[in-house]
Amino acid sequence: MKTVFEKTSGLTEKETHYCPGCTHGIIHRITAEVLEELNVLEQTIGVASVGCSVLSYDYFNCDMTQAAHGRAPAVATGIRRVLPEDRIIFTYQGDGDLASIGMGEIVHSAARSENITVIFVNNAIYGMTGGQMAPTTLTGQKTVTSPEGRNTAMQGLPIRVAEMLSTLDGATYIERVSVHDVAHIMKTKKALKRAFETQKAGLGFTMIEILSTCPTNWGIDPEESLSFIKEEMIPYYPLGVFQDRRKEKG
Amino acid sequence: MVKVLMKGNEVIGEAAIQADCYYFFGYPITPQSELVAYMAKRLPEVGGVFLQAESEISAINMVYGAASAGVRVMTSSSSPGFSLKQEGISYLAGAELPAVIVNVGRGGPGLGNIQPAQSDYFQVTKGGGHGDYYTPVLAPSSLQEIAELTQEGFRIADQYRTPVIILGDGMLGQMMEPVDFDAVEKVDQVFAKEWATTGTKGDGGPKTITSLDLNDVLLEERNHRLQAKYQEIRDKEVKVICHYEEEADWFVVAYGTVGRIVQSAVEKAREEGVNVGLIRPVSLWPFPHETISGFSETSSHILVVEMSAGQMVEDVRLAVEGKAPVSFYGRNGGVIPSVGEILEQIMKIDAGVTVR
Ligand SMILES: Cc1ncc(C[n+]2csc(CCOP(=O)(O)OP(=O)(O)O)c2C)c(N)n1
Ligand code: SF4
Repeated sequence: MKTVFEKTSGLTEKETHYCPGCTHGIIHRITAEVLEELNVLEQTIGVASVGCSVLSYDYFNCDMTQAAHGRAPAVATGIRRVLPEDRIIFTYQGDGDLASIGMGEIVHSAARSENITVIFVNNAIYGMTGGQMAPTTLTGQKTVTSPEGRNTAMQGLPIRVAEMLSTLDGATYIERVSVHDVAHIMKTKKALKRAFETQKAGLGFTMIEILSTCPTNWGIDPEESLSFIKEEMIPYYPLGVFQDRRKEKG
Repeated sequence: MVKVLMKGNEVIGEAAIQADCYYFFGYPITPQSELVAYMAKRLPEVGGVFLQAESEISAINMVYGAASAGVRVMTSSSSPGFSLKQEGISYLAGAELPAVIVNVGRGGPGLGNIQPAQSDYFQVTKGGGHGDYYTPVLAPSSLQEIAELTQEGFRIADQYRTPVIILGDGMLGQMMEPVDFDAVEKVDQVFAKEWATTGTKGDGGPKTITSLDLNDVLLEERNHRLQAKYQEIRDKEVKVICHYEEEADWFVVAYGTVGRIVQSAVEKAREEGVNVGLIRPVSLWPFPHETISGFSETSSHILVVEMSAGQMVEDVRLAVEGKAPVSFYGRNGGVIPSVGEILEQIMKIDAGVTVR
């Protein structure tokens, strides 16, 4: 019999704890597949952040270090600066982690063009702590800390991280992708591969922002959640490549 | 045996390099900035890495990353910056990562000033960050001792997988003294770091470094393991230097910069016929409880002098357990007590005057 599908060796056997319909699991799998396909699992060190993906160190089949809330890019910098160049280092961060408490760390890692890959999971909300407003929460979006919907006069406007970091000269490759359907999942995988290849070539800072679901805290079912990404998030967070200095630096 | 004349902050840097620490992540703050500058110059010369972080929080987290990758690594700051490092120190303690963190203390609270102070004693010796943890704290009182204790700091950090704090102050950081690095004993023990996350090539399955245990029983187990380690450190790593311990009728207790000022005051008092001795805690945690407890059996008085409103005095009182009267003399806000004023205190106490 011909094998048509196999579990990637980039993930452990452990069952994930993510809610039904949460796309964190899909992002894990395609990240793991990319690491396997690039044959770098044995030289990869991942940095888990604080948020629903805090336990990702149980799922990725490579060395993992757990960082404090928002500090993953600093931890990754420490690892990058002391280990040999062939190591692949990535952070896996939520939008609360990266764009709120960790805004300083991400901006400066990008500015230094730290040779790391940041996987930035934007679900427009704080998942783990029960659905509070994130810096990425959409205007008018209801969360437990913006019960009437995000009011920009009071709570400011959502931050477009990919665009913002792209203004930094240190950013080598920045793309925003989504995992709301199969075609986009394949595109996301390609973007991740490009980012890791860029790091492998030593070209500096890469970040892939991935629009992701949180059915549990959005309070809608998994299918509607996929539509929410398509209809509500993508118009504000357009997909595409925001920075590409690979040729320039290569 | 060549003695070199150096500034205290630079001695810390040179001592770290001689302790095979080739990685430093820092952020400027007076009165420790010369250390950051020294590392920026020296580390590239010896094939190491210096990086100026964007904040103390980032610096300590870079240390966390580097320590998790198995290297000897250091960061330093002064009081307000040290406060910012507390988050990372708690994580280092929780994840059991070795690192040396220097605090060249200054006057506080808040922005305070840039003069020397010892008012971070509580913060460094009682955990400081969140959770049940301690960090070994070494408090040198001369530049030669800085060189020795930096070497010791890295040994303790590696041996016990713990962050270690070197506590100085603006005076030690800024003063110049001759230092003989050849006289410093090097750590020759080898500390294999199989636990480090460096990539799994050739060394088995994936490794994880974390301070998280969502399960309460597992987290309690982690805490038990940490507490057992802290007990072992208490049993084995107490450092204290005593002067005139055989004959003195009573003692002054002081550490660091104040320890050396008090030493001069004690010498002067003895010249005037006062039979007083000095107890100088070198490890502030673990605190030399037993030594102080022992002397308090026979001592008629214990005077504690600090550049704070009175912090270590609490540990001294715990150790004395009422066996002898304890009094306190302190200057704070960055004021350095003079030999003269301490001598005056000693003379008053010796004359039977009750202070406070
Ligand atoms: C210093 C600190 N502040 C707050 C928290 C609580 N906290 C845990 S996860 C989280 C938000 C995570 O949200 P996000 O990064 O968007 O990830 P998600 O859970 O949505 O995947 C917060 C605020 C913490 N652990 N540490
Ligand atoms: S709370 Fe939201 S982000 Fe977290 S696992 Fe559940 S669906 Fe995913």
